[in-house]
Amino acid sequence: MTHLIPLALATAALSIGGAVSAAAPREFLSRFENAARSADASFVPTAARGAAFFTAKHATAWSCSSCHTPDPKAQGKHAATGKLIQPLAPAAQPDRLTDPAKVDKWFRRNCSDVLNRECTPREKADVVAWLLSIR
Amino acid sequence: MTRSIPMTMLLLWAGSAVAGQPSQTPTPAALWKEECAACHMAYPARLLPAESWKAIMAGLKSHFGTDATVDAPAAAAIERFLVANAGMRAVRSTGGPVPLRITTSPWFIREHREVAASTWKRPEIKSPSNCTACHTGAESNNFSDDLSGTSGGRRR
Ligand code: HEC
Ligand code: HEC
Ligand code: HEC
Repeated sequence: MTHLIPLALATAALSIGGAVSAAAPREFLSRFENAARSADASFVPTAARGAAFFTAKHATAWSCSSCHTPDPKAQGKHAATGKLIQPLAPAAQPDRLTDPAKVDKWFRRNCSDVLNRECTPREKADVVAWLLSIR
Repeated sequence: MTRSIPMTMLLLWAGSAVAGQPSQTPTPAALWKEECAACHMAYPARLLPAESWKAIMAGLKSHFGTDATVDAPAAAAIERFLVANAGMRAVRSTGGPVPLRITTSPWFIREHREVAASTWKRPEIKSPSNCTACHTGAESNNFSDDLSGTSGGRRR
């Protein structure tokens, strides 16, 4: 019960942060990590697992890297339209992982395109851990 | 005249309700740019009739093979913006399906009849939907650049 309170506070801080100012990329890691831990207390976000998830095909013809390339510091290209996509790593593109509404929206859309379902908190925590590990 | 005051207030109220934060309410045009220009250029509203925009906004969950869903208040504002600025070419009431593409409109096919089939398939063009590959002014709603004599290709 006790660890629910900091979680609720963190979530509240995030949503307030979203409305008023930007969130820090690290806050997304804690958010997804905490959500995954509530199901499995031993969960630890792992960058290597995030990289493997990102470059693998799951349920459709696309992987995450079909549009974003396997390199988070590289400019990507939308697989259907060809429109350029700025790099995903905050180290290469400082406004990445700063807007909670934007992060939630693109995880929702992109996971649906690649996996035909939402991504789990574990998958999101691993991907974010990987993106943050890029220097 | 008296009616316009409550109307304005109503609009202001509706505007802030849409964003849920009265301090920095994005305009419908800004929402449209934000939500409809991430995967391709924001196609100008005048290029499709109102019926088409309504059908597109109703089908964002499965939008040309991608999930382009937008939260409900923003979607409503964007739809109002598109419908208000839609083209005048009404869909002919033949009972057929409402067209979802600009690129299958009779006017589009007519304007582009000189573009060779092989040109559309060039890797840097990829599809007729990629207006910006040929019309360098497309993002600012300008399609009247002179492309004649360029084999329908790029003029740079
Ligand atoms: C069909 C193309 C496509 C695929 C596949 C795709 N994405 Fe994206 N992604 C985009 C586009 C387009 C954007 C938004 C454009 C932009 O912000 O530059 C985006 C944005 C994002 C963002 C937003 C980051 C931010 O804070 O701005 C994240 C995170 C993301 N994608 C992760 C993923 C993951 C994880 C996968 C695999 C499950 C994936 N993407 C697959 C096209 C794609
Ligand atoms: C997640 C990516 C994505 C987002 C977001 C998105 N679209 Fe699209 N859209 C596509 C794809 C993919 C196509 C098909 C392009 C092709 O065939 O080359 C497309 C095609 C279209 C077309 C048809 C173009 C033609 O061929 O004539 C219209 C019109 C359109 N989109 C409108 C919208 C509107 C309005 C919005 C905002 C509510 C929007 N799109 C947001 C991915 C997206
Ligand atoms: C392969 C290159 C190419 C692509 C892609 C393309 N166009 Fe064109 N477009 C042309 C050419 C060539 C003409 C012929 C007239 C000219 O010289 O400008 C033309 C003419 C037009 C005209 C008439 C301009 C005028 O003033 O008479 C419009 C409007 C137009 N295009 C809109 C679009 C839109 C909207 C898209 C994307 C959905 C698009 N085009 C995609 C090459 C292209």
